[in-house]
Amino acid sequence: MNIHTSRRNFLKSTGALFIAIPFASELKAEVISGKTVDAAQVDAYLALHADGTATIYSGKVDLGTGLRAAFPQIAAEELGLPIDKIKLIEGDTLLTPDQGPTSGSNGIPKGGMQLRQAAATARQALIKLAAEKLGKPVNELDAINGEVRPKAGGAGLSFASLITDKGFELKLDGKAPVRDSRMHQYVGKHVPRPDIPAKATGRHVYMHDFDMPGMMHGRTIRPAIIGAELVSVDESSIASIPGAKIVRIKNFLGVVAPDEWDVVRAAKMLKAEWKGGGLPTDSAGLRDYVKAQKVSSTEALDKAGDFATAYAAAPKKLSGEFYWPTQSHASLGPSCAVADVKEGEATIWCSSQGTHRYAKHFADMLGLPANKMRVHYLDGAGCYGMNGHEDAAADAAFMSKAIGKPVRVQWTREDEHGLDPKGPPQVITQEAALSADGKIVAWHTTMRCPKPTDKLPTIPLLSPVEADAKQVKGIATGSLSSGGKPPYDVPNLLVEVHWLEDTPLRASHLRAPGKIGNCLAVETFMDELALAAGKDPVEFRLAYLSDPRGREAVERVAKLFNWDKRVEPRRNGKGRGIGFTQYKGDETYVAIAMEVDVSADGHIKVTRVAATHDCGQIISPDGVRSQVEGCILQTIGRTLFEEVKFDRNHVTSRDWASYPILTFPDVPEMKIELIDRPNEPPRGAGEAATAPVAAALANAVFDATGIRLRTVPFTAARVKSAMVETGVKFG
Amino acid sequence: MASITLTVNGSARTLDVRDPDKPLLYALRNDLNLKGAKYGCGLGQCGACTVIVDGEAVRSCTSPVSAFAGKKITTIEGLGSPDKPHKVQAAFIAEQAAQCGYCTNGMVMSGAALLEKTPKPTAEQVKDALAQNLCRCGTHERIVSAVVKAGGARG
Ligand code: FES
Ligand code: FES
Repeated sequence: MNIHTSRRNFLKSTGALFIAIPFASELKAEVISGKTVDAAQVDAYLALHADGTATIYSGKVDLGTGLRAAFPQIAAEELGLPIDKIKLIEGDTLLTPDQGPTSGSNGIPKGGMQLRQAAATARQALIKLAAEKLGKPVNELDAINGEVRPKAGGAGLSFASLITDKGFELKLDGKAPVRDSRMHQYVGKHVPRPDIPAKATGRHVYMHDFDMPGMMHGRTIRPAIIGAELVSVDESSIASIPGAKIVRIKNFLGVVAPDEWDVVRAAKMLKAEWKGGGLPTDSAGLRDYVKAQKVSSTEALDKAGDFATAYAAAPKKLSGEFYWPTQSHASLGPSCAVADVKEGEATIWCSSQGTHRYAKHFADMLGLPANKMRVHYLDGAGCYGMNGHEDAAADAAFMSKAIGKPVRVQWTREDEHGLDPKGPPQVITQEAALSADGKIVAWHTTMRCPKPTDKLPTIPLLSPVEADAKQVKGIATGSLSSGGKPPYDVPNLLVEVHWLEDTPLRASHLRAPGKIGNCLAVETFMDELALAAGKDPVEFRLAYLSDPRGREAVERVAKLFNWDKRVEPRRNGKGRGIGFTQYKGDETYVAIAMEVDVSADGHIKVTRVAATHDCGQIISPDGVRSQVEGCILQTIGRTLFEEVKFDRNHVTSRDWASYPILTFPDVPEMKIELIDRPNEPPRGAGEAATAPVAAALANAVFDATGIRLRTVPFTAARVKSAMVETGVKFG
Repeated sequence: MASITLTVNGSARTLDVRDPDKPLLYALRNDLNLKGAKYGCGLGQCGACTVIVDGEAVRSCTSPVSAFAGKKITTIEGLGSPDKPHKVQAAFIAEQAAQCGYCTNGMVMSGAALLEKTPKPTAEQVKDALAQNLCRCGTHERIVSAVVKAGGARG
């Protein structure tokens, strides 16, 4: 197969590249030995080598989240092999099992646990083989330091002496016993991330840095009005650019050139005429648009008692409407990919969260059989859900196919902010009621959001639509309707979602889809209820929170933050608030307390944050901590500043000035307490801590000002006008 | 075709430049194969492309290569290596101060330039100096603490 020989030659010819994918000789050996990628087989996940090292293969990838440290920790622990003997291959569709995309914080809970069971199955097999050779019962043996040895001492047998290069040829046993957490050497301990030295010294090869002989640089030219059709292209407009070529496939328009700066110039100079297109609303009208959209169906997600009757009868009722705007992934590096499409086969290098599923899609789109498409993973800039990575790859693939050479596509900043699929807008309403003695008796959450298309294999990409190539249509959003259920004991509850058929801008998963807005609505309301009941917000939560792990998270955050009780808001420009979630209803527990200063001109500054985080068993403590820090800071920015602006033609917030995010001066003091539960299954840590951030912030602003912010972002202008409206003054 | 001589990481490098307006970033990455500086926006807004020129942190995406003739350019590769990291790089490694790391080049180079002028910056001084450098992953706290520790002041 050509892919492999050309790859080998390429690696030989450049030699110096430091690449996170296997080097040529190993790659060849692995391919020739016919390595299985069947996710039900142990050999799909790991291979033990004659020199005492091991390779682990992961269909899940490290998106800057630390899985590159965590997966070897898990494998080293279960196998009984020193961690420095383990090499990891991520995402390569030819070599790794399809474990589904790396999304929804499932890298460790799903991917890591498959790997753990594969390694545990392998250990049992090694022990059994050794038992036969040593003539000892299996329960007297253990795998330690690359050998199976008698627990009581004495000579052991190396893994390499027990296993041939055919591998284990065993089915993964989901019930194979795993090591007792009390014996852990690697899991739960600090293991430095292997990629950081190269990242800190500029040696790490990102997707953007990947190069291959004969590679052309490509840029896609897209219309100024979304959805416009291409009428004509003036080829002479780029005649002065050496070696530039136009690629036009129906409405897809690209330009390639041997030199990158030349193609940047060509893309600017190219004259094309477009017609039609447009958006059904602008961003200023988006909220009303969402509220007026036809509801295709209403689904009751949770029910207890009889909300309507209890609400009607209750003496004290509260209601409110919340709005979460459309937001961008806003990756720091615009998406980039390289495609090498040849006659009958293709290779793509991409930073996709889901190389396996997109390999199928790319093959379909190009009219190739799935087994003739190989996708390699290389690190991109953090994506936090599906950004433009796969679009750039599809763009590159169409151009490579057209010109018969490898093509690298680098999206521009304007492309990334303008065209990445967006986190869709949400309107959430809350109704709740208290009894005469101040008890919560009824609660109703209603969410309005686009309905994700059932069983959609991949998020639709731009260029297949433009080029009229094969692609399944639909909307992908992630589970926007999760988190609308209060994590409290409520006797009469109704949680509903009004599903909408579409959303104006192309949608995709954006970190913690829907859950930050839903938690904002639920947890702001919990605060409103506390005030109406005359109770301190922490005390009031604890009165309705029966899950002991949830209680511990809330109690410990109050202590960590040094929470001082209050009922009435202080209204002096300084405030404190709390938010709590159990992510997706049954996963990680997070409690966040926050302190803010609100200036007389409406500017909010978060000064102090405390968080407790219980994701069950912790594999990499520093990895979890880093994710929690990132979740908190990124979400403070999303809450205070971020909203995609668009007119009837296109996104208008297409740079960092018009789409501001959190910057260094906005960074508060943070205290984070990780609650480790070594005997519980590990849950995700990649996004849970985002969920209560907006809620804690809004509740702190209420304490500072007496104003309830229900519309995100909490810009200074918005706060100021609320202050004027309500006559709040301080300072 | 004009040729331009730059001093990059201590060596004189002569480039043929067809378009003198080509930004330094493209010359570094594509002509000199120094890919540590990153393209983040091309607009001077994010800092991912930062290099040090005659002691100052400079955004290589917006200045034409022709403006750098005769100047001393240091890129992150020239600052240090995994075996011999500069103290700022060593502190980033010790603090594990990267998630995706796409912003790291700009943070390390801006941090190193700061230490040249302010050898022991406080956390507030670091935040000020990095105010125009963006990180989307939320690695800020570690970045600040790495630069402060590299300077040796107590945060
Ligand atoms: S790439 Fe130069 S400032 Fe963003
Ligand atoms: S670490 Fe990803 S942008 Fe800073």
